[in-house]
Amino acid sequence: MNKEPIKFRKERLDRGIKARCEDIFALSSYREILYLLLPRVLPVALLLVFPLFKDIVGLYWEKVLVITCAIALLSLSWDWLASVGLISLGQALFFGVGAYVTGSLNYAFKWPPLITIPLGTLGGALICTLLLLPVLRLRGVYFAIVTLTLPLLLMRFIETTKILGGTEGLSALTPLPSLWVELYVPVFTLLICLFGFRRLINEDYGLVLQGIRDNDRAVMSGAINIYWFKTQAVFLAALVGSFPGAFMTHYYQFVGMPAFALDYSILPLTAAVLGGVGTFAGPTLGAFILVPLSEVLRAFGTLRVVFYSAILIICVVGLPEGVFHYIRRKYHQFERMVEVG
Amino acid sequence: MSETILKVEGLNKNFGGVAAIVDVSFEVKKGELLGIIGPNGSGKTTLVNLLTGFVKPDSGRVFYRGVDITGKKPYKIAEMGIARTFQMVKPFYQLSAFKNLIIPLYSSRVRRLRGGMYGDRDDVAIDLLEDVGFERDSFVPYKVASSLPHGYLKRLELARCLALRPELLILDELFSGMSMSEVASTLPIIERLNGEGLTILMVEHRLKELFRIAHRVIALNFGSKIADSPPGEIMENEAVKAAYLGSEEEGEDA
Repeated sequence: MNKEPIKFRKERLDRGIKARCEDIFALSSYREILYLLLPRVLPVALLLVFPLFKDIVGLYWEKVLVITCAIALLSLSWDWLASVGLISLGQALFFGVGAYVTGSLNYAFKWPPLITIPLGTLGGALICTLLLLPVLRLRGVYFAIVTLTLPLLLMRFIETTKILGGTEGLSALTPLPSLWVELYVPVFTLLICLFGFRRLINEDYGLVLQGIRDNDRAVMSGAINIYWFKTQAVFLAALVGSFPGAFMTHYYQFVGMPAFALDYSILPLTAAVLGGVGTFAGPTLGAFILVPLSEVLRAFGTLRVVFYSAILIICVVGLPEGVFHYIRRKYHQFERMVEVG
Repeated sequence: MSETILKVEGLNKNFGGVAAIVDVSFEVKKGELLGIIGPNGSGKTTLVNLLTGFVKPDSGRVFYRGVDITGKKPYKIAEMGIARTFQMVKPFYQLSAFKNLIIPLYSSRVRRLRGGMYGDRDDVAIDLLEDVGFERDSFVPYKVASSLPHGYLKRLELARCLALRPELLILDELFSGMSMSEVASTLPIIERLNGEGLTILMVEHRLKELFRIAHRVIALNFGSKIADSPPGEIMENEAVKAAYLGSEEEGEDA
């Protein structure tokens, strides 16, 4: 029984590229570069090109893109807090405060969006950080409860005191200058925040934040003031969370109590869990699955929520690690045939 | 060997009704290797927590190089040059071993000592790992901390302290959970550090190993200091014998 000698064996594509650890690569060919770049470049390119095809896909879906980017930014902000060990249930706080600061600046002084949006983002982030400062010592579920309550508290506060337009809200705000601004500002902001966060978390600064998540006492004994770092982290998260609020205010030309709606807390959280926590790309992907999905399901009328929830449950039970982690794992398991000998 | 680096005066701490530390006073000289022993629950770890600011004392004072550090925040005490290990290892589980060291290297203390520059931080981290016995060419420095065995994490804990360039090193039961061979290979490291002039305060249950390297040993029981003498004489002390009562043999073998 003469067996044919084995000429080929399977080898994982990433084996030859990875050097020692997950984030150092040794590239030796054009194809290997392509293997690494494709999953990074392709989504970015798609995102950049999508608004150009507005005549083909229709204005409706372009507007879905704007809302998706807003939710994606909120889930990025959630994931950033989570990587410092702060579990938040209140992204609506950032969204709402950013929205109200922008709205009232525009309403009171008639400043253009070019000024009110940056000011609203910055001011919103400052106010949110100050509001959260006393509870930074809390961790886990305690921090979560406070963040869940704060937007609801502010909403009722505006309702009962009738400040900032009360239940009516502030309407007839300045619209954004053009459709291109409406479409490209959220896309670019999302890309900057996504890659900025991915970069920052692996810098020394980000490592300190990750250290606080893993073991805050060990960071303290490393001569580092963890409350100062946590404050900075919350400020960054609040910046990224306030921007969509500020932007959507001018986009809708209206700001009202719905800016503090529970949706803005729950959707980013679900997007992060669905997409995969801890990578920033995961929550973004999650938002790009969830928001369009919920639009597609509009055709089912009232049954929409049932389908939506069912899909969500199936995803979370089936892929508890998150869609992004699953795809990444599978992508790294691609094999090629190599000659033996 | 004459300058006093740490001075503890009449330290007291109660947890509810339990007196954890009762009127403890002692001094540590510069360059000394001081051992602290005592049965379980005698207040050793509480003492370490009091010295490093993780717990605030009810009364008493702690002076570090003449400066009162009682009740200061842990990061400020670490900033002044007191580094500590934790008995229950506290690595950054999701980071690789050398990245664990980047965190203390990022502190203002290290940046100040290195003159504002610390460009080759990865090299510094890997050098530090080599100092505690992890080969730079092995996979260990690049492995995620959660995948390292317990004895390795103990030494990583030591490296994290050394990253701070401390002047006083407090080791809270560094040897607990280490295998015999790991203890045997870590012991010379501590001796070398002490030989280089680092003052070390060592809380330890492994008496045999401790007595081999310590200059002086303090014994605690129920939160009180019961003995303070060279390692050769401490087990002759009647109070210490009584405290360990029968567990003395066990302690010797462990």
